[in-house]
Amino acid sequence: MITLNVNDRAYQVDVDPDTPLLWVIRDTIELTGTKYGCGMALCGACTVHLNGAAVRSCVTPVSAAVGKKITTIEGLDSKTAKAVQAAWQELDVVQCGYCQSGQIMSATALLVKNRKPNDADIDAAMSGNICRCATYVRIRAAIKQAANSLA
Amino acid sequence: MNAPIGQFKILNASRREFIKAGAGLTLAICTPAAFAAPVPAKAAARTASTAVFEPNAFVRIGADDSVTVICKHLEMGQGTYTGLPTLVAEELDADWSQMRAEGAPADAARYNNLLWGPTQGTGGSSGIANSFDQMRQAGATARAMLVAAAAERWKVAPEGISVKQGVVAHAAGGHKARFGELAEAAAKMPVPAQVKLKDAKDFNYIGKTAPRTDSKAKTTGVAKFTQDVKLPGMLTAVVAHPPRFGAKVKSFDAAKAKAIKGVTDVVAIPTGVAVLAKDFWSAKKGRDALVVVWDDSGAFTQSSADILKQYTELAKHQGATARKVGDTATAGAAKKLEATFHFPFLAHAPMEPLNCVVKLGKDSCEVWNGEQFQTVDQATLAAALGLKPEQVKLNMLFAGGSFGRRANPHSDYLLEAAYVAKAIEGRAPVKLVWTREDDMRAGYYRPAYLHRMAAGFTADNKLVAWQHRIVGQSILAGTAFESVLVKGGIDGTSVEGAANLPYAIPTIEVDLHTTTLGVPVQWWRSVGSTHTAFSTETFLDDICVFLGEDAVRFRLNLLADHPRHAAVLRLAAQRGGWDQPIAPGRPGERRGRGIALHESFGTVVAQLAEVSVDKDDKFRVDRVVCAVDCGIAVNPDVIRAQMEGGIGFGLSAALYGEITLKDGAAEQSNFHDYPVLRIGDMPRIEVHIVPSSEKPTGVGEPGTPVIAPAVANALFAATGKRLRDLPLKLA
Repeated sequence: MITLNVNDRAYQVDVDPDTPLLWVIRDTIELTGTKYGCGMALCGACTVHLNGAAVRSCVTPVSAAVGKKITTIEGLDSKTAKAVQAAWQELDVVQCGYCQSGQIMSATALLVKNRKPNDADIDAAMSGNICRCATYVRIRAAIKQAANSLA
Repeated sequence: MNAPIGQFKILNASRREFIKAGAGLTLAICTPAAFAAPVPAKAAARTASTAVFEPNAFVRIGADDSVTVICKHLEMGQGTYTGLPTLVAEELDADWSQMRAEGAPADAARYNNLLWGPTQGTGGSSGIANSFDQMRQAGATARAMLVAAAAERWKVAPEGISVKQGVVAHAAGGHKARFGELAEAAAKMPVPAQVKLKDAKDFNYIGKTAPRTDSKAKTTGVAKFTQDVKLPGMLTAVVAHPPRFGAKVKSFDAAKAKAIKGVTDVVAIPTGVAVLAKDFWSAKKGRDALVVVWDDSGAFTQSSADILKQYTELAKHQGATARKVGDTATAGAAKKLEATFHFPFLAHAPMEPLNCVVKLGKDSCEVWNGEQFQTVDQATLAAALGLKPEQVKLNMLFAGGSFGRRANPHSDYLLEAAYVAKAIEGRAPVKLVWTREDDMRAGYYRPAYLHRMAAGFTADNKLVAWQHRIVGQSILAGTAFESVLVKGGIDGTSVEGAANLPYAIPTIEVDLHTTTLGVPVQWWRSVGSTHTAFSTETFLDDICVFLGEDAVRFRLNLLADHPRHAAVLRLAAQRGGWDQPIAPGRPGERRGRGIALHESFGTVVAQLAEVSVDKDDKFRVDRVVCAVDCGIAVNPDVIRAQMEGGIGFGLSAALYGEITLKDGAAEQSNFHDYPVLRIGDMPRIEVHIVPSSEKPTGVGEPGTPVIAPAVANALFAATGKRLRDLPLKLA
């Protein structure tokens, strides 16, 4: 049995230690907001926070998350995260929506570190998150709007 | 498959059961055929007795004031769950906060695409175009019945009753009621034979901006995709596919796979060997451990170079004629320009790799899927399982992208899931999950094409002849649509955008060689236009350079008969500053501006692109100015979003998109070797919508094909180098 702290709740899971955190979150704990996109840390759809830092859960073995605070899209409740989600909704960023949990996790982690990112900062921080609907114009705008609302 | 729009009737599908359950007024809309048939009524009654969720209707008003629009089209990002409710809300005079969207079940009698005859499905940028009258009628009918109910309750004449933002009121009598309070009574009112739709000047939602209905669910992680479905006892299947198209299983050893904890079954199916487990990771580990020997005797084994050689040879000869205007060829012209273009296979690569859930019963099959092609999928699954189409129930969930892929004319991945479920005799519901690698290598690509073009000029430099030859596979060959849609050896999807070239040139000839390869191919966002827009619009640019003409003025001179095209082109040129010099770049950079124009699915789009090229010939697209005429702009912000996204999707292919084959196997597998557009590649984009009172046309696809030629033309302006192969490689 492995004990995990996900969204401030303790879970006992019976999985192999090398199982990627993504599949434990999705299939065992059944929080499905975190998505599978590539399995190789290439697309960012699986992004979660580990002690506040954005990580790709598809290549993070569950054993590496033990004793750490795991936050998924369902558990976002910081002021910064709420500002990001509000900006995403106000600007209607989403299209198909499949990548957007990961985008929001990455954007929130960025704003925690950098309260006023410029375009280059945003492009650098978000470069690991693919959106095939190409909502990138609005992702940039929403991050700036969230930053302004937090200032 | 075209049927006249507007032939439908509205029925009251409300039942006492719904009223008790709080559903209130429910309206169904039927085409004449369905109206005459006895089946739908029975089906409606059957559902009525068992469920709160009424499928056979477009509008449902709850006692809680909610207005739910049952959407017959798949929401895959294009905004149909916002566009269709916009139309209903407009005529119903609802408040936008009341509006909800819900996916329709498979029932072509009621939910057919009115542009596709008796077929239900989403594609060809037809969602709003085919629903514009139908959904407004649905809203107007519901409104009339609410008003009738209010008139009866208040004992006043209906003429004195107004409806505004979800409130029904009679000012003179001081009466007021919300929809929910009237829903039950409205359900008992006769359906009006005719309703009057609003004049455009009275629109409150159409042409304004209603926010997306799915934004909240998709920003909080609660939106349900197929990947997220979990049924009691469900098993997850991961399938080992042969590396080459058309190969079969010779033998397999399941011992190691079965030794993996959690693996329950290893079964052979027609498309490979499936490993089933209690969860994805166990199934994936099982597949990794599986040993399969493939029989390549019937497999496709050519490489991309072999295909190119074959296409180059074919292009030397005349193909089947798709269009002929005038009777001279370029042979007699005094001067001639010629060019050859190459287009690779492209994967759709939606963010959600293909998947679906299948549950088999004794005489039933239930599917959960980002369902794009209901009528075809029902028929195909029914035939494979020995069922009747109506015994196949399809639950339409959000799709994590599709770009055409989920409307597969052979129902490929649905059929695979059904094979797996059948192989375990329906013992458990099965979720088929393809990995990214499975998705990338499964074929059903945008076909590879070769184009040869020639232009003829008189001795005094008048453009008099245009020749366009296309070589490539037919998307429709071998599908149920071939007999209807392939005419005289011409698959319209191979030549669309070329055969309907809008420019007035004295002689035009478009011909086609349809090739046969063992590579499965399929439509890909904007279909034929993905290649024809590029060759026609960059070749026209070549012609302008040859003649020393301005690219905008020259096109405008050839568009006298196409005022909408001309207006769109003018708008993009004007807003993009075509007549002003381009701003200089950073030191050492060359800058260029290019423009392109193309119509697809009845929507005309022009894009002006600005590029910067550094000393190493690396380039970026800085800015795109897009003009679009899609008739009445139902939801301008969704239109802007589709132009932005369409440009990004097209730019992704223009910069990177390429599937290559080696000995019959795809060489790419994931985003490291099939790179796609990332945020740093995304240009600034401005979208300008042409005001129009014409019937609306679609916007999901038409933004995509225009960007590659606009960028190639800009690169020529910056560097003098003409790129005719995609993806664009300058260095």
